[in-house]
Amino acid sequence: MTDDHQLRVSKIQNGTVIDHVAAGQALNVLAILGIDATSGEAVSVGMNVPSDRLGRKDIVKVEGRELSQSEVDVLSLIAPAASINIVRDYDVVEKNRVVRPDIVTGIISCPNRNCITNADEPITSRFTVLSDGVRCDYCESIVREDEVAANLDVN
Amino acid sequence: MRQDHLISAAHLSREDIEAVLDRAAEIDDDTAAFRQRHAGKVLGLCFFEPSTRTRMSFDTAMKRLGGQTVDMGPVESSSVKKGETLADTVRVVEGYADALVLRHPSEGAATMAAEFVDIPLVNAGDGAGQHPSQTLLDLYTIRENAGLDDLTIGIMGDLKYGRTVHSLAGALTNFDVSQHFISPESLRLPRNVRYDLHAAGAQVKEHTQLDDVLPELDVLYVTRIQRERFPDENEYRKVAGQYQIDAETLEAATDDLTVMHPLPRVDEISPDIDDTDHATYFEQAHNGIPVRMALLDILLSQADD
Repeated sequence: MTDDHQLRVSKIQNGTVIDHVAAGQALNVLAILGIDATSGEAVSVGMNVPSDRLGRKDIVKVEGRELSQSEVDVLSLIAPAASINIVRDYDVVEKNRVVRPDIVTGIISCPNRNCITNADEPITSRFTVLSDGVRCDYCESIVREDEVAANLDVN
Repeated sequence: MRQDHLISAAHLSREDIEAVLDRAAEIDDDTAAFRQRHAGKVLGLCFFEPSTRTRMSFDTAMKRLGGQTVDMGPVESSSVKKGETLADTVRVVEGYADALVLRHPSEGAATMAAEFVDIPLVNAGDGAGQHPSQTLLDLYTIRENAGLDDLTIGIMGDLKYGRTVHSLAGALTNFDVSQHFISPESLRLPRNVRYDLHAAGAQVKEHTQLDDVLPELDVLYVTRIQRERFPDENEYRKVAGQYQIDAETLEAATDDLTVMHPLPRVDEISPDIDDTDHATYFEQAHNGIPVRMALLDILLSQADD
């Protein structure tokens, strides 16, 4: 009975569960991971789920794909409290927290429209991660942590 | 210098700065001794934005070192007009020249260009980003006139978009300098410059009125407030008028106040200041030659080693 209440998002057999995502960020998590309807994985998303730790949280379950630490670390910028559970045969075999990377390449586009990374040049955006945001390695603009989600360049 | 390129004043240590300024002083004392220093070398000038002083002073500096220059010419008559990327342009010019001077309207252009070339590259202005060679000549002028330690400087005008301001403020954190920033609310220092000043332990003291700090200043660095930063002409006139100075304004200043301006000025410094002892902006512009000679000498000599 309890399971019926708690399992708003169905269990997965094999894959990755990204838990404790800040409420409202689940779709950004998928966008950053490059997961959409064309990528083939079965994906379950819970949004605004009650959480002891966060009050409300989002949760993302990706069937059949084990995400590596380097793939998920960039999530720390929009979901610093996220935990990454690797599931095999319905059991969590590995549980990790996201770790802030030093550098983020691609993924974020520079909000400065006059930055050279927004011109038609053969380069990818690159940001150095600060304690409370990221900084464009090219134009030196600073994007605050709360502005990162609005500047994702994931399409 | 620790760097192969000069991209941002933030990369310069006090030792780097002093090395360039000391070399510039040597050149000032005996220019003839440097006449053949870089004979046979070629400096590429790539200016994607109009420039008079910076382009001419780099051109002159290279020639006075015995070298030559090759100039891309105006953007309108170059391959850029055909849609060539900056990355391609600098890689082509790298084959023609031993060092490269780049001015470009986009912030970060020089950082990107430096990733594509192995020859020394000097950022001669990237949009509202940085203008570090201007900073070196500003520092040289300040050192000659007021000294670089135990100094109080006021930096006034367009602090948001003024690349000379961004470079100068960052470089001054290497010295014992108290910096005051005087501007309209809408043109205050941008977030990243403020961040760097705080990180360097400098206090950011901001004012909207020059009167608040003028009597304390050893140096007043004036920059132009541009018409296009304001939505309409009336607003521009109202704001810009508050940041214009004339001989009467300076009556409240100390006799030793050094007034600087990266030029061109329009009406922010009245011509009646030109004949006073305060006026240092033409000397500042002339210092572009020994300082850029020193910079090129150091970068080209390093590249030879």
